[in-house]
Amino acid sequence: MWGWPIVNFVFWIGIGHAGTLISAILFLFRQRWRTAINRFAEAMTIFAVMCAGLFPGIHVGRVWVIYWVFPIPNQMEMWPQFRSPLLWDVFAVSTYFTVSLLFWYLGMVPDLATLRDRARTRIKAIAYGIFALGWRGSMRHWHRYERAYLLLAALATPLVLSVHSVVSFDFAVSQLPGWHTTIFPPYFVAGAIFSGFAMVMTLAVPARELWGLKNFITMRHLENMNKIILVTGLMVGYAYGTEFFIAWYSGNGFEQFAFISRALGPYWWAYWIMVSCNVLVPQIFWFKFCRTNIPIMFIAALLVNVGMWFERFVIIVSSLASDFLPANWGAYSPTWVEILTLIGSFGLFFTLFLLFCRYLPMVAMAEVKSVMPQAHATHHHDFDYNPDEQ
Amino acid sequence: MSKSAIEQPQAVVTGAARGGNGDGQARRTGRLHGLLAELDNPGVLLEGCRRLRDAGFTRWDAHAPYPVHGLDDAMGIRMTILPVIVFVIGAIGTLTGLALQWWANASQANDFRLVPTFLQGYAFLISGKPYFSLPANIPVIFELTVLFAALAAGIGMLALNNLPLWSNPLFASRRFLRVTTDRFFISVSVRDPRFERAATHRLLAALPGCEHVEEVFELPDSTPPRWVTPALVIAGVASLVPMALIVRAWGSKSGTPRFHIVQDMDNQERFKSQQVNPVFADGRAGRPPVAGAVARGQLFEDDHYYLGGRYVKPVGQAADQTADPSSSGLAWEWFDSFPPPVAVNQALLDRGQQRFNIYCAPCHGLDGDGQGPVRVRSEELETPLNVLSYQDEQVKSRPLGHLFNTITNGIRTMPAYGDQIPVYDRWAIVAYVKALQRAGGATVEDVPPDQRVRLR
Repeated sequence: MWGWPIVNFVFWIGIGHAGTLISAILFLFRQRWRTAINRFAEAMTIFAVMCAGLFPGIHVGRVWVIYWVFPIPNQMEMWPQFRSPLLWDVFAVSTYFTVSLLFWYLGMVPDLATLRDRARTRIKAIAYGIFALGWRGSMRHWHRYERAYLLLAALATPLVLSVHSVVSFDFAVSQLPGWHTTIFPPYFVAGAIFSGFAMVMTLAVPARELWGLKNFITMRHLENMNKIILVTGLMVGYAYGTEFFIAWYSGNGFEQFAFISRALGPYWWAYWIMVSCNVLVPQIFWFKFCRTNIPIMFIAALLVNVGMWFERFVIIVSSLASDFLPANWGAYSPTWVEILTLIGSFGLFFTLFLLFCRYLPMVAMAEVKSVMPQAHATHHHDFDYNPDEQ
Repeated sequence: MSKSAIEQPQAVVTGAARGGNGDGQARRTGRLHGLLAELDNPGVLLEGCRRLRDAGFTRWDAHAPYPVHGLDDAMGIRMTILPVIVFVIGAIGTLTGLALQWWANASQANDFRLVPTFLQGYAFLISGKPYFSLPANIPVIFELTVLFAALAAGIGMLALNNLPLWSNPLFASRRFLRVTTDRFFISVSVRDPRFERAATHRLLAALPGCEHVEEVFELPDSTPPRWVTPALVIAGVASLVPMALIVRAWGSKSGTPRFHIVQDMDNQERFKSQQVNPVFADGRAGRPPVAGAVARGQLFEDDHYYLGGRYVKPVGQAADQTADPSSSGLAWEWFDSFPPPVAVNQALLDRGQQRFNIYCAPCHGLDGDGQGPVRVRSEELETPLNVLSYQDEQVKSRPLGHLFNTITNGIRTMPAYGDQIPVYDRWAIVAYVKALQRAGGATVEDVPPDQRVRLR
């Protein structure tokens, strides 16, 4: 059965969506508050996609032939099957990783130059200097740089929407009850943004406490992110409701059975964990007190992470456990090896994130400078960014 | 970082190719690169840039820790061609996605015989759908379009900016270190047609907010140390060694199994039947059965029933029981009767007829005249089969055991049916063949009188 590895794959790839959303979509909408959080949201994206990439490798069983998923010329005249959603996944995820990495790195080049110029040892200066590519703040360079950044944001925006749509095709293109629905692409994208923002909160709240970033990641940022969690949580809840409505409205017995057994069948507990964490918990963000209370928002973000993991578990396992033929029915429970792969992926994720915090600029310094009031050559007072605002 | 930290000598070291530990003075070449003015804030930078633009300078630049808005205009920078490049490369990505999928899954290898095997496409039939169906190809086309365009935006930006360029004379200036932190600079190159060392210096110093103007010198031409060239040659030659070993292995034969990184259960620690096994005296890995052993269900004792014949001792000669029958002077003899397990009755003949019509009639004909449909067709194709009629004297004269053996093992062009027809059914067919032979030469006198009326 498509069990644990695919649940984890979809979970991690979903988390990976917030980074590019913050970087690209909020950039295009001129949401300048994003500059404080975009760098580590992007880092989070890259590390989450790396974790996601592990699981198809584990899932195929023979990880040493995983390169067969790429169209590499070979003596066997063997090519991938381009009409399969699983192959679309390969292209979507690898493109997403490449573009996110490029976006992250190019955004970091001016900051790496800052670290190079402020390095106190020669080794650091050389190391940062290599990756700074000789950046010297030339305005002629900045001109093309800004244009390239805008283009990358414009390209990454449809990309981020396409990636989770393609992931949802893995399910929607098959004919299994509970999977074969047209709502899946928007439903998955909303869920991805929802889970991604929850993970950003999970990382941002401790980061600003531990590393003294409270003047950069202000309460205004946290409140804005909580509002997005509330909105995407409502979208996800709407999708849960629509699934049930369509199951009833379609008059299809198999579809109806699939959804009734989701809520009341052998995996009812997973379903209700999902609904409480994803739909009920974010409702507290209607209240400004909750949106601005650090412990409450942190716990809510953790619960949303849990809920979104269970959403993928519910979708994948409950549909596969009871399909058309009762003879095929079975119960799935993970082995201890499978559980350890999930724990291990969290270990990889946090290790990479902490290394990033230790060695790379956590906040996009050049971008923050450019939205500070002092940056305005003409000194007029339409400040976009006010660190004192609470 | 405080200003004093910047001015500490060790803090000046700022990059792989930068001048050195504060000894920029000593390493000056004396060739002027240009002038560098340090300004206080973005407002004066904007004003300074306007003045230089209006003074007609062309080879100069402004440097800032972040993009200062309005400077593009103040410097007279024209819009970059980057979006056009991104569009074109993105369109190439679209076509690549389309062509890749068509080639890999919809092209016929035979149509492109000149293409080497490893590049040939493979027409892939899935669920009876057309080989090439655009809707299913859209996601990959989209992803490749975005991938190509994004790489074009990133790499194109760096290429147009002439980056990476780790070495630049400006990096020798200590003050210039703060360009990536909080200071603003204007640099003018000596290659600018309007550049005059003293006049330009005065112009820059007179800019509002100008705090400092310095001369920047070209970096010394650095020649690599002597050992670099031989080291590169040795490394280059050494890098060919693995490739040469691969080519050598490619063209040579080896008795050992090929090298597997992942065994994948291809080679296992066991002997296959035709291999040599040194454990046994005869060296055979596949062991013969113990002498005299009979496999279960294969004790075919009754020669009459199973073979239709037997070896007999010619009259007046003693048989050597231990020797091979074929070399001991024994003669083969066919039985001309049905074996005891086969009772000749109507049921046997019915069974024989039914089996005969399945296995034998296609060639021999339903009445055994040798004119079955296969035989007829073989004559139409002018490759006639030699099928004897059962009325042929040679066939008629054969003992029953010989007919049984012919069905079992075949004869001339007739194949063996022993593997397809069980022993009892073969005897039933023999009975039916004899009945056909009898019927073939029959006259009206052979028909019982009470049945003759049916012949009319």
